[in-house]
This record gives sequence, structure tokens and C-alpha cells, in this order.
Amino acid sequence: MKTRNVWVLALAALAMVAMSCAPKPPEPASIEFWHAMTGKNGEAVQKICDDFNASQDVYTVTPVYKGSYVDTMNAGIAAFRAGQAPAIIQVYEVGTATMMAAKGAVKPVHVLMKEMKEKFDPKAYIPTITGYYSTSKGEMISIPFNSSTAVMYYNKEAFAKAGLDPEKAPATWPELFEAARKIKAAGYEAGFTTNWISWIQLENFSAWHDVPFGTLSNGFDGLGAELKINADLQVQHLTNLYNLSKEGVFKYGGRENKANPLFTGGVVGIHFESIGGYGNMKANCKFPFGVARLPYYPDVANAPQNSIIGGASLWAFEGKTEPEYKATAKFFTYLSSPEVQAFWHKTTGYLPITIAAYELTKGEGYYTENPGLEVAIQQLLNKPPTANSMGIRFGYMPQIRELEDQTWEDILADKIGVKAGLDKIVTEGNIKLRDFERLNK
Amino acid sequence: MAKQYEFSSKGLPYLLVLPQMAIVLVFFFWPSAQALWQSFFVQDAFGLRTQFVWFDNYLKLFRDPEYWDSFGVSAAFAVTVALSSMGIALFLAAQANKKIRGASFYKTMLTWPYAVATMVAGVLWLFMFNPNVGVVAWFLKDAFGVEWNHLLDSTHAFLLIAVAASWKQIAYNFVFFLAGLQSVPATLVEAAAIDGAGSFTRFWRIIFPMLSPTTFYLLVMNLVYGFFETFPIVHQVTGGGPGKATSILIYKVWRDGVVNLELGSSAAQSVVLMILVIGLTVLQFRFIERKVTY
Repeated sequence: MKTRNVWVLALAALAMVAMSCAPKPPEPASIEFWHAMTGKNGEAVQKICDDFNASQDVYTVTPVYKGSYVDTMNAGIAAFRAGQAPAIIQVYEVGTATMMAAKGAVKPVHVLMKEMKEKFDPKAYIPTITGYYSTSKGEMISIPFNSSTAVMYYNKEAFAKAGLDPEKAPATWPELFEAARKIKAAGYEAGFTTNWISWIQLENFSAWHDVPFGTLSNGFDGLGAELKINADLQVQHLTNLYNLSKEGVFKYGGRENKANPLFTGGVVGIHFESIGGYGNMKANCKFPFGVARLPYYPDVANAPQNSIIGGASLWAFEGKTEPEYKATAKFFTYLSSPEVQAFWHKTTGYLPITIAAYELTKGEGYYTENPGLEVAIQQLLNKPPTANSMGIRFGYMPQIRELEDQTWEDILADKIGVKAGLDKIVTEGNIKLRDFERLNK
Repeated sequence: MAKQYEFSSKGLPYLLVLPQMAIVLVFFFWPSAQALWQSFFVQDAFGLRTQFVWFDNYLKLFRDPEYWDSFGVSAAFAVTVALSSMGIALFLAAQANKKIRGASFYKTMLTWPYAVATMVAGVLWLFMFNPNVGVVAWFLKDAFGVEWNHLLDSTHAFLLIAVAASWKQIAYNFVFFLAGLQSVPATLVEAAAIDGAGSFTRFWRIIFPMLSPTTFYLLVMNLVYGFFETFPIVHQVTGGGPGKATSILIYKVWRDGVVNLELGSSAAQSVVLMILVIGLTVLQFRFIERKVTY
């Protein structure tokens, strides 16, 4: 009886040793990915996740639609506070500084990849895109997901009517103003409009001309940054827009992307909008249109530099289990593969995040049919980014953008002058920046 | 004397109100207490760093001239919406209360807008006033030469949200006024008519005073509606613009809390609004109800 017990024990011990020596199969995990993509873009997210789940049988990623960007971010914050954070969350670009400041809440991607021993080469990514979500030392904090940049759209029919060459878009602002005047003279209500006065005519404008939007590399080097948009060039540009609006050549169409109907409805002939709106333009314009680079002022030394991105990136939360992190890392790798990126790029119009994906799409001849998309990528790759053109990283960015929108409307309504308005944005914006600095020190 | 009903057991009444009290506690008292608590702190979005700042959030608000502007806009907006929607509703109710052909059809139609979600009401009016494709905008341009532009003209923007908010509320007021009118005893009105009072005198001397409880109730409800429930219209139609011309208090609470993630300030603002609504309610129960002629 006794000897038998000993034998059993010995066998059990042996089995345990054997088990610990054999390669451990990865522990399966199921993670959630909260996002804000609707319609066609939402379907693309679903397909990417489904394909990832089918490509291996250890990890499962479940995409969950959480509403708008604002809703999704708030859902993530509330979930984190309740200890129920998802593994992956999509956060729009103006939330970047808030997420980065949340040390202890988010797990930087470069740390995640290292800890999970996942192969990861930051150099494979397009620098202007990943730079937006990296520290000033080049460490990637989040994975860019849907990235876009601002471009010019122009109505070729309007160009022809105005006696302009429909195949040649104005390259500089003075040329554009002239073209816009001719379009108005040809019977259009106004010459041009723009979406996103903040993102396009101030943030992208400053980067494209290689002038600072703020100090400390637009906030990349620390929380002590201040706004710089009341400098001569920005004042000059907004003064030009203001004067042209009085002349009836520029027409204001509202905040964010609300000016689109002015272009698609043929009220104006030239428009500034995200390349992410390319599909929408294709669906709604009843006339042939072209996509061109942003114009620049030829007397500015380094212009054109490179444009900057908008859109959203994917963040990993702290406090997850090892298998969950493994799943997250594997998913990020899968997401960055050229095939998945090319699919995402072609389906949604958002830019590919790796150079390999861009070349893959180019090799397929996709850009001969969709030249607009390549314009956007080339604009980002135009020159290696400088301290002024890596991106914008300020806390309370939604407030600063709101301030810009409000003040721009007050300028157009003659409630405040252009210079005084930009001064006001800088003064009030800096107060917000100091509040954020104090809170996140 | 009405018969008094008594419960045989002392505990039963408490048990019966318990579910309701539980709901009130969980959905009203608990969040209100949290807002009050949070209004004394500044905190980052994730709740990782919290500083106790006493009344700083409140002081900042009251020292900010733009907050007072927002207060002024909200008050003007709430009063405009209350007066116009109640005035129109009273007129319509008085007309619909007459013995006319198809009265019930009119009544149904006039009540209908209440079923429209506030957000949808905003979108409807936004379309009609769209400077490029809106019917009303075209009409204003052709008939009066008015260039409608609520994107830049703050008066236009204010009028637009006031019209949208009032339109939706007319239906609600209409139902109450109609019920009120129907409860005015016909004998009184007939007696006045026999005494030689014209329809104008009959309305203002007999019917309107009889309606006063309804009117005062609606006044409070409409002010509360104007201050608090019109958020979707502002959100959908103007986004608080142009400039800050239509940034009413409730919109600012949402904006600062949800989009801007300034939780302390947003909490302080919501406490201010809470005090305001408590004030209105006390006014309704204590002061107004006593003075109303029944």
C-alpha cells in the first residue's frame, strides 16, 4: 500500500517536470477593440478583425463600435476608471496629448512590443504618420490607424468655365486667389471655401510653411509649450482669407467638415478637405474634380515642407494580463502588414501607415485610377519632417480648436480684427496649456 | 369630506414607495452628490491625479465674463422660447377649442410635433434655413431680401434655435392649454356673454384667469425646458456658434465635461444649474401656487 503511494507520487512529479520542460502553448485570450468607425469604414474594421481571428486560433479580437470619437474616448475613460478598460481603443488625434499624459493608464506601444518580444521596426512606418504618435525620441506610443491629411479639391468644370487649365491646379496661394476670382467671375457664387479652419488653415498651414504652431516643437518636447500662431505669416494668411470673404471670393461654410455641401453643390469651385473625404467627394460630386497639394506662399523660405496628419490611433491600456497583451501585440503586427494596410487604404481612403503598403498599392497600379490618394501621401513624404512639421501635441487641444473656430467666426463677423483675434487665441490658449501643464506635472 | 384611506400596516407605505425612492436615489441623488463632490477638485481625464481646490472651480467661473455671457444668452433663450411657445400654443388651443369642423383632426396634428425627438426637430429646421438649399432661406431672400446666414450672424443663429425649440414645445403647451380650456365651466362664459361681454373680454376676464394655474405650471416647465432640454438643438444646429453666441449653459456643461474633459469645471457648472432648477421648483411650489387665482 505504502510503496504504491510512493510510486504514484514519483510519477506525478515526473509528469510535472516533463510538462514544464515542453514548450508551453500560448495561452488563448480574447480582447476587445473599441472604435468609432461607421459605415464602410466600420465594415473594414470588422473584416480586419475577422481575418485576424481566422489567421490563427489562439487570440480573438472583437471590434466594438462605441459611437463618435468623443463618445469612444469617454467610454474608454469611464471603463478605465471602473477597472474595465478594453485592450485596444481608438482615440482621435486631438486626444493624443491627454492619452500620453495619462501615465499609468496607457501602455506605450514600443514598451508593449518589447515586453511581448514581438518583432517591431519603427522605421518601416511613414515618419510623418508615426511621428505624430511618438515621443520626441522617436518611441512609438500608439499605433496610427486611420490617418489622413488635408488636400485641395477643385472642380474641373468650374476651371474650364473660368478659362483655367482643368489639369493644372494653382500651386501657390496668390495663384489660387486669382483662380478663385476668375471662378466667381464665371458665375459661381464664390471662388473657394475650406473645412476645418483650425486643422487645415492653421495647423497644416504652419507645418506646410515650416513655421511653428507653438514652441517646444509644437509641444512634442514638453508640456511647457506656448502657441505661436499670431506670427506674421498666419496673420497675413487669415487677413487674405478675411479680405477675400469681404470680396465674396471666399465663402465660410461652417465648422469641422460642414463646408462640404458648398463644394459638392457647385457653389464654389475650390475646397480644402481631408483626403479621408475622398470617397464622399466621389459619391457626391456630379462634376469631374481633381485633388491637388495644398498651396503655399512662394516668399516663405522652406515652403512647401510637409503636411501633417489627422485621424486616430490605437492605444493599449495598462493593467491587462500577459495573454491579453500578447494578443494586442500580435494584432498590431497583423494590422501593420502591407496586405492589411493596402486593403484598409483602398477600402477607406485613409493613408497606409507603412512604406511597404504604399509601394504594394502603387505596384498594383491603384493610383493611376485614384491619383488623389497619391497626392496626399506625397504631400506627407515631401520632405523629412522638421520640428515644425511633425505634428501638433497640446493638451486641451479640443478647447484650442474650439477657440480658433469661435474667433474665426468673430473675425468674419467683424467683431474682432485678424491680428487681435489671433492674439486672443494665443493668450487664452496659453492659459489652457498652463492649466493642463499644472494638472499633469 | 373625502374618505381617508389608511394602511393597516405601518411598513406597507414605505415598502410601496421604495422602488421609486431607489430609482431617485440611484439616478438623481447619487450623481448629484458626485457632481457636488467633483466640483471641488481638478482632475485629469483618467482620474490619476486629483487636486482639491476648494471653491476654485466656482471662482474661475464667476470671474469669467464669458460665463456670464453664456448665462445671459441662456436666460434670453429660455424666456424667448417660453413666451413664444406658450403664446402660440394658447392661441392655437383657443382656436381648436371652438366648435369647428375637423377640430379633432387639428388637435391631433397640433400635438404631433411633441413626438418628434428634439434632435430631429433641430435637423428639420436646420434644413429649412440652410442658406443654400433651405426653403425658408430662399423665401427670405426672395421676399424680403434677407441674406440668411446663421453661420456668421449671431442674431440669425439665436432666432433659428429659438424657433426650433419653440416649435417643438408648442405641442406640449397646446395639450395643457386645451385641457385647461375644456375645464373652464361653460356656464361662466355663457353668463358673461349674457351680461354683454364680447369674445375678447370673455377671454381675458374669464378664461385667462381661470387658466392661470396651467399657465404658471407651463411657465416653469418651459423655462426648465429652455434651460436644460434644448441641448440637442444647440448641439445639432449651431454648435454654440457663431463665436459663442448660442453657447447656452447646458451646452457648455456638456462641451467642457465630455469633449474638453475639464471635469472639475463641468461639475461646478452643473451644480450651478442644479441650484437654478431647484430655485425654479421652489418658486413654483411655494410662491406661485399660492398666488394663483383658482
